[in-house]
Amino acid sequence: MNSPRTILLLLVALLVSCFGLAAHLQPQFEAWRGSRASGDIFNVVLGDSRRMFAQSFYVKADAYYHSGYYPTMFDDNAAFQTAHMAEDTGAVNSKNHGDEHGFLGPTRDWIDAFGRHFFPDRHTHLDEGGADDDLGGSDNVREILPWLKLSADLDPDNVQTYTVTAFWLRIRMHRVAEAEAVLHEGLRNCPDSYDILFELGRLYDESYHDTDRARNVWNLAIRKWLKLDPDSQKDNRLIFEQITTHLAKLEEDAGNLPDALNWYQAAQKVSAVPEALQAHIDAVQKKLRALIPVAPAKLY
Amino acid sequence: MKNIFAVAGIVIKELYRRKDFYVLFIVTILICLVMASVNIFNDAKIVRYLKEICLLLIWICSLVIAVTTTARQIPAERENRTLLPLLAKPLTRPQLLFGKFLGCWLACGLALLCFYVFFGALAATREHQWPLLDYFQAATLHWFMLGIVVAMVLLGSLVFAAPSSNNTICFVIIVGILFVGRHLDQVALTLREPLRTVVYSIYFVIPHLELFDVRDLVIHNWPLIPWLYFSLALLYALGYMAVFLAGACLVFRRKAVN
Repeated sequence: MNSPRTILLLLVALLVSCFGLAAHLQPQFEAWRGSRASGDIFNVVLGDSRRMFAQSFYVKADAYYHSGYYPTMFDDNAAFQTAHMAEDTGAVNSKNHGDEHGFLGPTRDWIDAFGRHFFPDRHTHLDEGGADDDLGGSDNVREILPWLKLSADLDPDNVQTYTVTAFWLRIRMHRVAEAEAVLHEGLRNCPDSYDILFELGRLYDESYHDTDRARNVWNLAIRKWLKLDPDSQKDNRLIFEQITTHLAKLEEDAGNLPDALNWYQAAQKVSAVPEALQAHIDAVQKKLRALIPVAPAKLY
Repeated sequence: MKNIFAVAGIVIKELYRRKDFYVLFIVTILICLVMASVNIFNDAKIVRYLKEICLLLIWICSLVIAVTTTARQIPAERENRTLLPLLAKPLTRPQLLFGKFLGCWLACGLALLCFYVFFGALAATREHQWPLLDYFQAATLHWFMLGIVVAMVLLGSLVFAAPSSNNTICFVIIVGILFVGRHLDQVALTLREPLRTVVYSIYFVIPHLELFDVRDLVIHNWPLIPWLYFSLALLYALGYMAVFLAGACLVFRRKAVN
């Protein structure tokens, strides 16, 4: 019984049984809805909790945007409800209020007063020079990118991660190709995102000066936005205003004044400050009137 | 002092004979190199995430080295039955304790030196600068914080029965202080009496180890800490080391050594 041959045969038998069992179970496991094996490594390791980590890394990126000066859960974070790095892209509804410079408040005791010399205690933004206040170093905003990339890997459905990443890649680091790749990846994961389409249109318009592609992409973004239910449309008016304003400007520059007027008027309907757009509407109307041929004056 | 340095020398030799430090150092290097090899949008200048990971690993490794090395000193002497012969020589109990403390603290300092040299080299490969004074401040504050930890664990090794329980309790206390120590007064405000007074008292009694954590200043290239406050922080650390060592001496004076 204990001969090497018997042991070897037993091992082979076990191996064959294991292989057979695995081959039998594999199709069932693949078909099982609870299986994580089909996802990426984060999905396998973290499951749905990866979204929580993704949010943490997104906040981490914003903390880097402030060079470490960031409220903890114990501080007053009313001025940090919306990430400033997203707010500065100009395409995000801000929920911030309160004092972003002094969330620490007055010193509470000598330990608190003493401790403030040992961590960042001044509100700065990386794109405005960061801790050095050196505007020449505004490309240091690159430092937020690893956390945004990680956040996007962990939660591919978070639209804002793509738009923020692409905006800073394009504006401050002048890496247009990488920004475009990020947005296309975002579109693959979130095909109905009008935010990503808006940012993609800006990239085509401002970086590639390809107005036709920008127009097409923004028109598609408008169509996606119009498919939203009325409540969602109400919550996302800022992005609609941004898209229509950009479209209006594009048409105005292209000389398509009636289209420009239509887009400005559409933007005015949802704008929080419609008066600001009235000046543009007046200017376009003035240009339109100048184009209409004047009737010949009466000879008699 | 000669006796104290002799005991300290033995502790330092023990550190470099054991493999703990080498393992932790190599793991830190490997993780950092792997993280450095990640391509982020084809930009080779991105460095702060790397500095953050490296400093985090340095903090974890240094705390592990400090706590585990210190926690086993006195229990190991007792277990090996070398404590009694050691004290039979012209070596007083406080001298033995100070020697053990000094040895562990210096050993941590040597380990930190290796870690921070690696950190500086890693950061310099991307940043092309070497802010030596910033690193000096960060490493010195870190080392003094470890001094408090070593003194606290030494006291714990005389109070708690086994090194494992001492390790666990000390780690929980240290991590707790590092995470919520700064905010305990805010937490106290949300509580009712008498719990409020208890939490407030804890806030003022505990050593605020988080003061010595200046990683954010180093990672984000903030200006130097004013030297006055830097010196005051070192004095603060020395004060707590003295308190814990005095406590350890008092406990050890009445402790049976056989």
